[in-house]
Amino acid sequence: MGDGAMGTMLQTAGLEPGDAPERLNAENPEAVRSVHEAYLQAGSDVITTNTFGGNRRRLALHHAGDRVFEWNKAGAAVARRAAGAQDREVIIAGSVGPTGSLLQPVGDLHFDEAKNDFAEQCAALAEGGVDVILIETMSDLEEVRAAIEGARAVGDLPVFCTMTFDTHGRTMMGTSPEEAVQATVDFGVQAFGSNCGNGPGEMEEIAEKMIRACRGVPLIIQANAGVPRIEGDQVVYEAGPERMAEHARRCCDLGIRYIGGCCGTTPAHIRAMIEATKGSDGKGAEEG
Amino acid sequence: MSRNQELTEGIIRGDRENVVRLVREDLEAGHGPVLILNDGLIPGMEKLGDQFGRGEVFIPELMAAAKAMNAAMEILRPLLEASGVEPLGKVVMGTVKGDMHDIGKNLVCMLLRGAGFEVIDLGVNTSAEQFIEALENSGARILGMSALLTTTMNRMGAIIETIRRAPFGEEVRIMVGGAPLDEDFAAKIGANGYAKDAPLAVDRFKELHAALQP
Ligand code: B1M
Repeated sequence: MGDGAMGTMLQTAGLEPGDAPERLNAENPEAVRSVHEAYLQAGSDVITTNTFGGNRRRLALHHAGDRVFEWNKAGAAVARRAAGAQDREVIIAGSVGPTGSLLQPVGDLHFDEAKNDFAEQCAALAEGGVDVILIETMSDLEEVRAAIEGARAVGDLPVFCTMTFDTHGRTMMGTSPEEAVQATVDFGVQAFGSNCGNGPGEMEEIAEKMIRACRGVPLIIQANAGVPRIEGDQVVYEAGPERMAEHARRCCDLGIRYIGGCCGTTPAHIRAMIEATKGSDGKGAEEG
Repeated sequence: MSRNQELTEGIIRGDRENVVRLVREDLEAGHGPVLILNDGLIPGMEKLGDQFGRGEVFIPELMAAAKAMNAAMEILRPLLEASGVEPLGKVVMGTVKGDMHDIGKNLVCMLLRGAGFEVIDLGVNTSAEQFIEALENSGARILGMSALLTTTMNRMGAIIETIRRAPFGEEVRIMVGGAPLDEDFAAKIGANGYAKDAPLAVDRFKELHAALQP
């Protein structure tokens, strides 16, 4: 079982809206560590570093393009420290999110430039001690390929990848779950899956499609706790721990190997998800 | 296939080279720029816009079509202006403060330019003061704001209030958009328009522009 959201939890821990969450890895590592610890206490076997936006192009939007190495390494190290205090094995997944720019020919970003940025980030994560590189929330297969090649250029850590199918069942670039599995398995990822999106129900349909196309490659599912809704001045995610627990159970039955959450999931959700998958055939609960 | 249909098809396929070639040839053959625009290019954008709204095509197709459209407009714009067709007016556009999402906003900008608007794009992370300054300097009275986060969308109301307090604030027609917004929210924060996707946004901007004309 993986973990849940980081950004939303850091916001409650004093992250300024609009600022780069990765800054805290260096400037307030205790806040980041306490989020990791909350997930570890809930029972997560895999925790994800606070480095989703840690590539050069995205940090440059916060005038911190020169902090890539420092903030990613620190992000990996703080997760490693949190995991070290546990008396069981924990996997540290080094989060690598999109560059935020569209690649050529749709946009302006050159493939090699993207690849270099990913390589830089992956090298720092490896240095900080992650166990796998987790390329997440991708929409464009070209960008996925750039990230995988970038990761491979600087080391031999296993590479996992998830994409977001939030637009009429496809990514916003039009890629279907089946096409995505096909392509990324050909790129040579060690696990593929889907994260974010429009909540557990839609995610289960995506999971079924991927299972049929995956050629034995382990699958990852990390759904949002539904689509956020505004109530007064509160942001509410519609799926509570019970719904996510039921979702985890279904994914487990489908044969999904790594199950976790994305936006809106909390340690309480993860705890319920672990509880719900305990007695199942074991595939999901112990490994994922 | 007629010439116009060929142009329409060229836009739908995002075939920039062919679209530019066809537009040049049509002009040489004496066709008027207004007809090329209205009977060839715009129907292509409209059809593709509908397909995008239904999830039959996605961002790459819409971007390619918008690029073909913009290339054609580069050729037509001076001719349209020379023949007395008024440009559609100026729009100031930006993603609001604290928000770095710009893919949707950029699409709206591209389609607006394709439709004949002049767009002053302030990029991401734009404050009320930056919006006011751009409106003041450009003389534009139409403003578009995009937000993709529930946190930043909740600050749009305050930005609108600040803009309304500027000397020309009451004249400004404000469009808002972005995935988490809806019609009700837009009305509640005092915006003048909302659209759920980029092709529909162009229609709304045209309406706001028309309503501003004396
Ligand atoms: C003025 O008039 C108008 C009229 C119409 C207008 C308009 C203006 N603006 C848009 N429209 C309309 O026309 C467009 C075309 O039809 C449409 O535009 P859209 O922008 O809706 O659609 C685009 C064409 C395609 N869609 C998009 O471009 C957004 C897709 C999703 C997946 C998305 C992306 C790509 C990104 N993201 Co972010 N991202 C998500 C998005 C999930 C989703 N489904 O929305 C969302 C918006 N992101 C989210 C989050 C949480 C975040 N993101 C972040 C970062 C990013 C990337 C950089 C990785 C990337 C942005 C790249 C870029 N240059 O824009 C972070 C925030 C950074 C910041 N401060 O802004 C971060 C906080 C993640 C993190 N932990 O760092 C979520 C917001 C949750 C919430 N409701 O608050 C999110 C909904 C994902 C989710 N399912 O939870 C219409 O809305």
